[in-house]
Formats: sequence, C-alpha cells, structure tokens
Amino acid sequence: MIKLIAKRFLSAVPSLIGVIIVTFVISHTLPGDPAAYFAGPSATAESIAETKARLGLDQPLPAQFVTYVGDLVQGDLGRSFNSGQPVLTDLVRRLPASFELTLYALLFAIVVAVPLGLWAAVNPGSWIDHLCRGTVTAAAAFPSFFTALVLIFVFYYKLGWAPSPIGRLAIYFPVPPTVTGFFTIDALIAGDVGTARAALGQLVLPAISLGLFALAPLARMTRASMIGVLGSEFITTARAEGLPRRKILWTYGFRNALLPVVNILGMIFSFLLGANVLIEQVFGWPGIGTYAVEAVLTSDYAAIQGFVVMMAVLYILLNLGVDILNMIVDPRVRYDD
Amino acid sequence: MTDHTGPSAIDTQKEPSLLANFWSGFVHAMKSNPLTAFAMALFSLFVIAAIFGEAIAPYDALATSTDTLQPPSWAHPFGTDQLGRDVLSRTIVAARVDFGIAIAAVSISFVLGLGFGAAAGYFGGWTDRLVGRMVDTIMAFPLFVLAMGVVAALGNTVWNIVYATAIINLPFYIRFARAEVNSRRDAGFVEAARLSGNISARILAVHLVPNILPPMMVQVSLNLGWAILNAAGLSFIGLGVRPPTPEWGIMVSEGANYIFSGEWWIFFFPGAALVLAVFCFNLLGDGLRDIIDPKGRT
Repeated sequence: MIKLIAKRFLSAVPSLIGVIIVTFVISHTLPGDPAAYFAGPSATAESIAETKARLGLDQPLPAQFVTYVGDLVQGDLGRSFNSGQPVLTDLVRRLPASFELTLYALLFAIVVAVPLGLWAAVNPGSWIDHLCRGTVTAAAAFPSFFTALVLIFVFYYKLGWAPSPIGRLAIYFPVPPTVTGFFTIDALIAGDVGTARAALGQLVLPAISLGLFALAPLARMTRASMIGVLGSEFITTARAEGLPRRKILWTYGFRNALLPVVNILGMIFSFLLGANVLIEQVFGWPGIGTYAVEAVLTSDYAAIQGFVVMMAVLYILLNLGVDILNMIVDPRVRYDD
Repeated sequence: MTDHTGPSAIDTQKEPSLLANFWSGFVHAMKSNPLTAFAMALFSLFVIAAIFGEAIAPYDALATSTDTLQPPSWAHPFGTDQLGRDVLSRTIVAARVDFGIAIAAVSISFVLGLGFGAAAGYFGGWTDRLVGRMVDTIMAFPLFVLAMGVVAALGNTVWNIVYATAIINLPFYIRFARAEVNSRRDAGFVEAARLSGNISARILAVHLVPNILPPMMVQVSLNLGWAILNAAGLSFIGLGVRPPTPEWGIMVSEGANYIFSGEWWIFFFPGAALVLAVFCFNLLGDGLRDIIDPKGRT
C-alpha cells in the first residue's frame, strides 16, 4: 500500500518538472524588462545594467534556470512589482478566499448534480432523465462570468435579495480572527453568527455561478456510473434474491456508483480553481484569481510565474490525493498494477 | 492495391458505403432528433452573421451617436451602449471575431493533435513517451490559467488568443487520436497494408487517419463551444481583443459596469449570443455523435 502510494507520488515528478520548465519559459518570454522596472523611472542605462546584474538577469538562461529552481525549492517565488511583497506571502494570504469560494461552489454542484444524476439513472428515458440532460447541456453552455452578471442583475439589482456583490464581507462587519481563513467558519468559531451569515450571503451568488460550471460533468458522471452499476450482475443477483428496492438502490447501487464520481472530484476542484479567475473578477473577490489577472495585465512576471507554479502544484497534489483516497476506498484499484 | 490481399480489398469496399450510411444516418438523426435540426438551423444563422455581418447589421458597429444608453426599442432592438453604438449591430458583427478565433484555434489543435497523437499511437516507444509527457505537462495546469500565461508571455494580441486556445485544446486531440490509432495499429487491414510494402507514413496517412476522422469530428464540434467560451473569457478579463472591436466577451465586460444603474441590455445580448453559440455547438456535437456512433447514444 505504502509502496503504491510512493510509486504514484514518484509518477507525479515528471509533470512537476515539466510545469517548472514551462513556467520558466513563459516568465522569461514575458514582454517588458523587469530590470528597467526595478531600477525606477529615472534610471540610466548604467543603473539598469546594475539592477540586471543584481537580479541575475545578465546570466545565461541555463544559469538563471538553476537559480530559479534553487529559489523554488526554498519556497522563494520572487517579489511582486505591484504589491512589493514576496509573491508567496501574497498568494498564501489570498488563497483561503479562493478556496472557500471553490469549496462552496463544489458543494453546490454536488448537492444539485448527484441527486439529479441518480434520479435520471433510476428512471432512464423518463421526463426527469430529459430534464437532467437539458439542464446539463444548458449549464455547460453558460460562461461563468455571464451567469454571474445575470445573477447579480436579478438578485441584487432587481429583487434586492443578495448583498452588494463586492468582496467577501460588507465593510460594516468585523473580519473574524483568522483560524482557518474561511470567513464563514472563522466567524462561527468566534461565536459571531451575524458575521457568519453575512459572509455566507456574500458567497451565495459567486458560488452558484461557479458551481453551475461543474454541474455538467458531475451529473453526467453520476448518471452514467449509476446506470452502469444498475446493469451489472450483482444487482441482478440482488434482485433475484428478492431484496427490497431501497436496499438494492442505496446499499448496492449508490455506494458503488459513487466511486468514479469521487474519482473525478479532484479534477473538478482544480478545474473550478482555474475557472475561479473569471468569477473573482466579477465579484471583486480578493482571491488569487484577481491577483493573477492584475499580474497578467501589468506584466508582473514574478507574480504570474508564482501563481502558475502554485496552481499547477496544487493541481498535481490534489490529483495525487484523490488517487490515494481512491486506493483506500476501492480495494480493486490496489490490485490493478 | 486492391488486387493484393483480401483484407485491404474489404477495406476499400467499405468507404462508399460509409459515406452513404453517413448521409442516411444524417437525415435520420435530423428527423428523429429535432434538437439537432434546431441546432443546425441556429448554426447556419450564426455562420451567415459571421460571413455577412456588416451587410446584415442595421447600423455601423463602430459608429457612435448621441443616443447613449437607450433601452431596447424598435429603432434599436437590443438598445444602445454608453457610446450610443447599436448593440444588435455589434452583436452580429462580433460573430466573425468569436467564430474566427474558435475555428482557427480548433483547426490548429486538430491538425497538430492528429499528427502527434497518431504518431504516438502508431510508433509507441519513445515517441509515445515524449508525446505523453507533453500532454501530461499541459494537463498539469489549470487550463484557463495556462491560456492566461501564454497570452501574457506571447503578447496581448488576437492571434495569441488563438494560439493559447489551441495549446490548451491540444491534449484532448492528442489523447483521442492516440487511443484510436493504437487500437487499430494491429488490425488486419493495417497488417495487410504493411505486408504489401507500404511505408509507415503512408499507412498512417492513407489507412489509419481516414478511419479515425469521423470520431475526431465529433470532438471538434464539442470542442468549438469550449474554445469560444475560452476566447471570450480571455477577452472578458482584458486580454486579446481591444475595446472598439466588437467581440462578445469584451462587450459583456463593458456592459458589466452598467448593471448597477440598470442598463442590462449592454451585457445581456452579447452574453446571450455567446450562450446560444456554445449551446448550438454542444447540441451539434451530440447529434453528430448519434450519427457516427449510434451505440454511444444514451
């Protein structure tokens, strides 16, 4: 078991190396001269050259690459032009906001998609099946930024149900003391139900617009997996044994059908983390997405590089985590290789 | 070639009947699935808008006027924007930019993906490993983030949006082509072609690639919608297409500023056009799959 996990871990290494090379190439082909930027607006050609030497930018590319990898290993992602802070500090400070939003979006998607998929699978060809298919196809066609704007218009501007769609918390609520970094949970820990409710209120619209994005793959997967399981021999046997329908569907069908669904959750989570960029932009969410967009628009190359590396590492770790979880949950996976 | 061996003779006989099958299947699918027929009609409308945009549009898409922020009316069915430009005209003209980006990007990833994937699937060994690593590396990024990075690195132009979208679509084509070629590599007709002295390149080009084209086309159709979403997303955050140019993503982003004063039509209509276009491609893809692979129908 441990050997298998280690093997899986090692197999992630080449992807990691690829990611590091690609981000290095991307960041070093970015337009604009960082040395000129650091040297300031009144810099002379000499002081630019001096800054270049200080930053190590006059070295040949392979030497720069070695330095870059060395810095990466020490967790040094460089310094952002925009904020003046180390990129890692910026990212770590902003990460909880993005995570909280993504988790709520995933929760919304699961709560809607799994029952819908199961229901459709149990009644294939019925109106509920068509409803499932229709919803899924329609949800897949909506760009998340457009959904977000429509929701804001309807629920904030027209109906007034949603709070002002800017940021994680309205200014007149105190920011809860940081424990997990999730405002909803931190506020509850601090015993401040009002703030928790307000933070949740801010989350509803962005989480739904983001979650709709994940609806299609989840519902499709659940339906297909449940149909597959219900058609298999052990279900036929259970039926022949005269087991009650409820027991067949839940104990035998549902539990087995969930395995592939759990399997793609990691992929969907990281997919959402990427899609997050657009949603954060719409809602002024202070997460890593807005940070990245700002960095891209202003050619803040250390920040872009740091963001891309961190996202890719997170993505690889997530998939690794899901695979390991899968090995623990499903004994068959262990015997596959 | 037909007089050489049995299997390849059977192979060449298959082709005309495949086309005939396709046509009868097409007609059947249109009749049995009205949604596909609807998508086809919608698609034609979009294509007409993309080709004849300026001629159909009631106004000049770039011309400003003093009628700013007018709600939808008979004169301006979709209203006017903050510079008094007609939203309907801009939405129609934008079809060319959006479709152009999507089609160019998907064509690039189709050709490259087919090439790399077919080579990896056919030759195996180190070719396969190298291509596999490339795919893994691309897939290790959240794809939209990678596209942002690529546009940032190459420079903020429309063509770079095309390249970025092509790069993030590439893995799907490579994987697909690789799997399809790999499963046919040892098939009888390939073996026969090899024994009759065809070189690998010819076997790939003449015998294998034509066989995997139909399923690849389904992939293309499903992918076009995604490519449009991606391109629009990039221009929504301010990458690629520059402001006066009509493009759906950028129009939505410009209109977003006017939501809080109630001028919903500026963002809504271009956004709705985007949704319809993606929906249409997805329906077409599903319909195409029903025609090409009736077993895959659920």
